[in-house]
Amino acid sequence: MSSSTTASDAWRIEVFKRAAIHDPEGEKALQEVHELGLYAVSSIRVGHGYLFSPELDESEARNIAQELLTDPVLEEVQIFAPGITPPEAPTGSRRVLVAPKPGVMDPIADSVTRIVRRTGHGDESFEAQTFRIFEMHGDVPTDELESVCRRTLANVTIDTLRIDREDLPFGAPKGHGGTRGRVEVAMLALDDDGLTNLSVQGELSLTLMEMLEIQKFYKNLGREPSACELETLAQTWSEHCKHKTFAGLIDFVDHSKEGSPTERIDNLLKSTIKRATEELDVPWCVSVFHDNAGIIEFDAGYDISFKVETHNHPSAIDPYGGAGTGIGGVIRDILGVGLGARPIANTDAFFVGMPDMPMEDLPKGCMHPRRILRGVVGGVRDYGNRMGIPTISGGLWFDDRYVGNPLVYAGTVGLAKHEFAHKTIEPGDLVVTLGGAVGRDGIHGATFSSIELTEDSEEDSASSVQIGNPIQEKRVLDAMLQARDRGLYRAVTDCGAGGLSSAVGEMGEKGGVDVDLAKVPLKYPGLASHEIWISEAQERMVLAVQPENIDELLALCASEDVAATVIGTFNDTKRLVVRDAGEIICDIEMEFLHDGTPRYLRHAVWNPPTVEDPGCPSPSTKNESYNSVLLGIVGAPDVRSKEWIIRQYDHEVQGNTVIKPLVGVRSDAPGNGSVIKPLAESKKGVAIGCGANPRMGLLDPYAMAGAVIDEAMRNVVAVGGDPTRTAILDNFSWGNCSKPENLGSLVLASKACYDVAMAFGTPFISGKDSLNNEFRVGDETIVIPPTLLLSAMSVVQDVAMCVTMDAKEPGNRIYIVGETKQDMGASHYMHHLGLDGGRVPQPDLSKAPTILRAMHSAISKGLVASCHDLSEGGLAVAAAEMAFGGGLGMDLHLSHMHDPEGLSEGSDEDAVLLFSESCTRFLVEVTAIHAEAFERQFTDAGLGDIARPIGEVTAGSRLYIRGKNSDDLIELDIEDLRAAHTSGFQG
Amino acid sequence: MTNPKALVLRTAGINCDAETVRALEGAGAATDAFHLMKMIAEPGRFDDYGILVIPGGFSYGDDVAAGRIFSAELVHYLSKELVNFVDRGGLVLGICNGFQVLVETGLLDGSFGKRTERKVALYDNASMKFEARWVHLRSEESACPWLDAGDIWPVPVAHAEGRFVCRDADTLAQLKANGQIALRYVNSDGSTPSYPECPNGALEEIAGICDSSGRVLGLMPHPERNLLPWNHPMWTRMQSRSEGEGAGFFRRLVDVAKGSTVNASR
Repeated sequence: MSSSTTASDAWRIEVFKRAAIHDPEGEKALQEVHELGLYAVSSIRVGHGYLFSPELDESEARNIAQELLTDPVLEEVQIFAPGITPPEAPTGSRRVLVAPKPGVMDPIADSVTRIVRRTGHGDESFEAQTFRIFEMHGDVPTDELESVCRRTLANVTIDTLRIDREDLPFGAPKGHGGTRGRVEVAMLALDDDGLTNLSVQGELSLTLMEMLEIQKFYKNLGREPSACELETLAQTWSEHCKHKTFAGLIDFVDHSKEGSPTERIDNLLKSTIKRATEELDVPWCVSVFHDNAGIIEFDAGYDISFKVETHNHPSAIDPYGGAGTGIGGVIRDILGVGLGARPIANTDAFFVGMPDMPMEDLPKGCMHPRRILRGVVGGVRDYGNRMGIPTISGGLWFDDRYVGNPLVYAGTVGLAKHEFAHKTIEPGDLVVTLGGAVGRDGIHGATFSSIELTEDSEEDSASSVQIGNPIQEKRVLDAMLQARDRGLYRAVTDCGAGGLSSAVGEMGEKGGVDVDLAKVPLKYPGLASHEIWISEAQERMVLAVQPENIDELLALCASEDVAATVIGTFNDTKRLVVRDAGEIICDIEMEFLHDGTPRYLRHAVWNPPTVEDPGCPSPSTKNESYNSVLLGIVGAPDVRSKEWIIRQYDHEVQGNTVIKPLVGVRSDAPGNGSVIKPLAESKKGVAIGCGANPRMGLLDPYAMAGAVIDEAMRNVVAVGGDPTRTAILDNFSWGNCSKPENLGSLVLASKACYDVAMAFGTPFISGKDSLNNEFRVGDETIVIPPTLLLSAMSVVQDVAMCVTMDAKEPGNRIYIVGETKQDMGASHYMHHLGLDGGRVPQPDLSKAPTILRAMHSAISKGLVASCHDLSEGGLAVAAAEMAFGGGLGMDLHLSHMHDPEGLSEGSDEDAVLLFSESCTRFLVEVTAIHAEAFERQFTDAGLGDIARPIGEVTAGSRLYIRGKNSDDLIELDIEDLRAAHTSGFQG
Repeated sequence: MTNPKALVLRTAGINCDAETVRALEGAGAATDAFHLMKMIAEPGRFDDYGILVIPGGFSYGDDVAAGRIFSAELVHYLSKELVNFVDRGGLVLGICNGFQVLVETGLLDGSFGKRTERKVALYDNASMKFEARWVHLRSEESACPWLDAGDIWPVPVAHAEGRFVCRDADTLAQLKANGQIALRYVNSDGSTPSYPECPNGALEEIAGICDSSGRVLGLMPHPERNLLPWNHPMWTRMQSRSEGEGAGFFRRLVDVAKGSTVNASR
């Protein structure tokens, strides 16, 4: 192959593993290329490349290459002078180069540049870039090679891809030649079409109604708006920042109820989720809904905080970067809650297309679910691990309707002294930014997240992609928390969606603020003023600093190697004033900016699905057995082991993880919730759990919301969390809610949130919504299932009393707690048999809260040897997991259970008892000496014999379940169950 | 030295400093955690300490290679102080990323200051993945004075670049002859493990080595994450206990440091 193109005008360093050294990166790349069917590639050698400024001395270039970039034991290096084309790859091989596009975050290059400048090998003009080299061997056809590279090795949205070409770009991105200073936008004379055009062309994502409101405002002022003002309004009024759907007016009609009148809902959020918190008014809530995260009391003068965010659209475009900046963003929410909290745990949840989707079924413009999943796992792994925050809890769900619009949730738990729970700002305080310099990263992220994705999004939205640099954020964390402890600032918020425009605009909302963009440090020249203002360059916080503290703050930041810059002053003008290039480029009243958004009236309807209830047929009707169904569910994508993900996350850093996500004799069984013990001086712990069920959401969104709250509560209670000290978070990801049927299901789910939170006495403390999750390809729109992720954070009174789900000791009794009903709708049993319809489980609000409290009482009194909540796959799956978790057998007899409630004619009673997913149930192992006391926890609570012994743990390895109506319902070896559980796609 | 003080050295991306301080203080050593920049500005402070620990984390994001940039800074700014610290009997411990940093400096294999002569390396796990899991270590007969030879103890690992490798067979033989093989991954019964009990494919299951004096030790696993009785992944299956096995590891380190002038020639 010829390398006909000229090389870059830069020093080029190429580092490869020595021939005798194993090249894991090459193996991994080969595996991925083969997975896409390109078997013509026989082997791949991966190299790490660097480009250096051409001005560098040759001796320095060699020195840096050998002393810094090459491992003397493992690697060999080649050095090419500027303009020299590297020798052609060996005959029969192809050279594939992948480099971050100019301007895309390149943390390795930043680190190299920094150390080279600091150690004096290069001067301040020294710049570095990196690339990767894939030397591919085999007779590889060019067209296929390019297509495979685009689908696995390079993401052309952010990467430059070169095949047998050496002309990698070097240098800062070519600017758009953006103008600094005031740019006026002629808007006053525009008609409706003109306004709509202006919004579309400017990527403002403002509706005509909003554009008209803005036009009216400026007509009254008698002047045109500036570009910066329009951008600020677009950012602040975006769905992402303003939650216009939840806060607006909704006319709702529920067609499942005969003759139901139209209900006018004024602010869905305030009338359901927030209302529950207000009416419950529990004394241990410290700060709810108004700050960057919710805060509750913990112990010993400390509070804990929790926030969960979505980062769906960026993750569709760039899974690795999207998920990484998702976790990076929610960590900053915790750094920005009150005066800042220390992040002590991370959580994640992913919803993606089926992992075995055939390539030919993949809609145009989509990445394969496996690539998305690997990417998002890698993003959370690399960001969370580098930040030193244990990722302790998560979830993973599959459905083909997520193929074009995957969902990525990331959460962070924080710990801070109670005195740091609140912030204030005084006129005269300085506006200080902390962290990285600003580039064109993530321009229009806030507005982009509020629109529908299309097959062209990958290419259209390149500039919406942010790439994170976790070490930069770690520096900010280290410096900021020291500054907090020394009292060096009065308020803080994170720079997230909308960049400075949102952060500064929000902080100045009550008083007023005046900032000068000329002071903002930039990564490269060429940015327009408004780009600096709205850039979502990552890893930045904004502080309000008392003038007398500024010197100490700047010195502290310098000692931690963190850039800190004073960009303006808070005042009492009630205006947002932004300057650049010596002129005022934005001057808006805070009141209009924050409260001027026109309110929408949206229509919502609920038409229940017309699918018939098929009852609960026997497995034999589908040529299956109870055994085969159980093995199938234990190995189903949603249920089977997530160990391949969990072990890539450092879930033990900080040394406080006391109940891990994986438990049991082989540490391979799925725990209920995870627990950390964050304070050396306290025995208390924090239990974290979550719940979600998209298939239930499609059938019955009201029931689904209750069921997922119940699931999250079960997860934390089952390990020892106190249900009366549990707070929950809502994260709604829905289809386009300007469509009445999508909004209708959102209304129902929200109403359930209110009803269930009230019954449980469990306050919501924070939440987030993402309400435009659709993917358009051609004329078809794929809408995601209504997806509510419910996260729970619970105080554990004494971690020494925590329990795990793995069976402990032969001879111990097994109890079922809770009532089993024919709740087969959206169950794994029905899904396995290919059936739709049926009643979706929901908690019995008259009993569920009492069951949780009694269960907690039993655990905290030490009466429980192991406890597993019943969720996906019901009793049978819980029993299987407990058995192989403990490496023990189990004998259960379903005739000891109550008859299932609501058994329909012709339904298989044993199948219902085994596989129903009714709420508020646990399988509990109890030693004989504790049996009576255990039962008393429930009888004393007025629950009668709701806890019933149904069998025992056995020595050996057999899971045996005798049915009510037939013997030998289930007879399986736990090693076969374990094997099924660990089957399938493993990354 | 009767009251050894410990210095935990951190820089951007080091993230196990808090639990490492907790471990050292729990073992009886007054401990400071200082940023590299502070030590560069005030190098005389090294004289205050008998123990130096480089904790785990991702210094500079593992950019280029794990530990590479932190090590380059140490060698560039603090060569003299590091060598003096070890020569006067100070104890040095590198955990995980700290081990990677120590390997990169050449302090462990005697190549300090002669980078191209380095003989050992840590690189990508054979599994090609980051591995967070619990393993068992056996403390080997070695020059390291604070390990109880033969002791088998549980400890978590969390790393992507932990595969120990030597340049050649002579190097391994020399390390063995010098008593530098300090810790190996084993099964809980002491037998030789395969993956995942040996989590990274290390040569001869080597998890940690010391320098020829025994006073500088590096290991991939994280004993500072096994201080509490509830850190062990199977504590809910065990009798009640008062602490994790990592606590004893740090106690012995501090005990040795108390008598380090006596033990310096061991």
